[in-house]
Amino acid sequence: MDPIIRLEHVWHIYSAQGERPIEALRDISLRIYPGEYVVILGRNGSGKSTLAKHFNGILLPTRGDVWVKEWNTKDLQHKLAIRSTVGLVFQNPDNQIVATIVEEDVAFGPENLGIPHAELRRRVDWALELVGMTPYRYRPPHHLSGGQKQRIAIAGIMAMKPEVLVLDESTALLDPRGRREILDIVQRLHRQEGVTVVAITHFMDEAIWADRIVVLDEGRLVMSGSPEEIFSQPDRLRDHGLDVPPVTELARRLHRHFPEIPPAVLRVEELVTAVRDLYARRFVPTAMHSETAQQEHRP
Amino acid sequence: MAEKVVDIQDLEYWYMQGTPMEVQALKGAHFDVYRGEVVAVLGHTGSGKSTLIQHLNGLLRPHKGHVRVLEYDLTDPNVDVKALRRRVGLVFQFPEAQLFERYVGDDVAFGPRQLGLSREEVRERVRTAMNAVGLDFETYKDRFTFSLSGGEKRRAALAGVLALRPEILVLDEPTAGLDPEGRRLILNLIRRLKEEWELTLILVTHDMDTVAEMADRCFVLADGRTVLSGTPREVFAHPEVLRELALDLPHPTEVTHRLAATGVPVRPDALTLDEAETAIRHVLANGSANT
Repeated sequence: MDPIIRLEHVWHIYSAQGERPIEALRDISLRIYPGEYVVILGRNGSGKSTLAKHFNGILLPTRGDVWVKEWNTKDLQHKLAIRSTVGLVFQNPDNQIVATIVEEDVAFGPENLGIPHAELRRRVDWALELVGMTPYRYRPPHHLSGGQKQRIAIAGIMAMKPEVLVLDESTALLDPRGRREILDIVQRLHRQEGVTVVAITHFMDEAIWADRIVVLDEGRLVMSGSPEEIFSQPDRLRDHGLDVPPVTELARRLHRHFPEIPPAVLRVEELVTAVRDLYARRFVPTAMHSETAQQEHRP
Repeated sequence: MAEKVVDIQDLEYWYMQGTPMEVQALKGAHFDVYRGEVVAVLGHTGSGKSTLIQHLNGLLRPHKGHVRVLEYDLTDPNVDVKALRRRVGLVFQFPEAQLFERYVGDDVAFGPRQLGLSREEVRERVRTAMNAVGLDFETYKDRFTFSLSGGEKRRAALAGVLALRPEILVLDEPTAGLDPEGRRLILNLIRRLKEEWELTLILVTHDMDTVAEMADRCFVLADGRTVLSGTPREVFAHPEVLRELALDLPHPTEVTHRLAATGVPVRPDALTLDEAETAIRHVLANGSANT
């Protein structure tokens, strides 16, 4: 399968007048394939937001190339095609709201793509439904919660029918409820609508849902692998200013004493099941064990 | 028993009172803090947390109920709010957004300069506060504030409040937006400051792991009322209430609670990873809960 986004030896150097140039990205090569869910992790200042802005040509590489499908982002005549293929949701919902009524805000993007009116209506209805904000369509957006505003921002992007959704720390400013709302929606868009997702975050527990994790530090791509592979290397992660999710850390510690408990557990349910099974095997030869056996045979 | 430094009872507060837009933010909150404690305020966005803490240094005045902070009675219209604000430091969420001076040293000095102190005294306070947050005074005082990293800016903002030498420090979401390393650094810094400066700490946070690790007691607010209070262990023993309020449990508590719910006789109330590890190792080795 051809990648939908391809970065070839991308460097990005910020040079302000009279200041030392900053190498924000250093020789990044990365491919994103259709249907993938990729999480990019990195500490503050690692270059991950600069990277996000390269995915749809908001920033252009100082050296190297970014390709979206067959279009080079440096080729300005493809700008519109690129922007409607790769949609970007930013960190601060307040900076993304442009209209005074929710549905007008959602319509803003596709309207600028020149979508005809009837189709525009359909898309806005569909996008509002996707993020569960239909009841708020006639409300002014500034009274909504952070999570709701971010859902509106996602609806506005989705109404442009992008193939790739890039989330640039889109949950960082939200409270736990808002974060959960956004994560649920993004996972649903990925599963049900087949949207390719690239999520940039420094919340480790958001990364466990990824097909692939990419770790950035000092502008370089330093680790890449499945969540299990990445989170089984806590020392390397800590060297890059990151950490493993607390549940993984707990499983790792228990694994040292009870090898039956897998060391790279990512989710609470997995750890609970592993401990419960081990307990049942050791202490409850009858009732609980059979129940466990049934659970194990569940698909 | 230690001195009670904050005593709030039956507090009610309305925004835009007397207009059609009137909203009641607090509907009978209670809250108290003893000297030297670390107290956490928990609650969902819109629960009234921010309204509550703005009463602690007189930014808001109670519409109904009783608020006493140190010896200041906030229901008294003639209370000396200026004196109160020297003793209660409030660090807002994302305080880095509030730096406004050109140079770091000037920004930290802004507060103490309002206190009518001598130049030497201001300088000394700025030096101590900057060094305390890990921004070396000589290195950083003449840096441009905008050239600092996000973490450094947050520490500079904290130094600006510390330079007032408060007895009570209120921190609104001190770890918001920080990566794991930044979070660890700021929490260690807060712990150290509490000891060295003998502070009373009030933390407003969504980060339940921080609450579990640091707080002596916590108060849970919902819809303008205090709905739960006690030690973290007492409060987190009510997962069903917390879940209903869309609040999380600390990760270790979540694991031990769920294990207990499946019938494993594990001690369910672990607060930290160490406690969860001990409880689970014990039940797996002995088949029964540790006490």
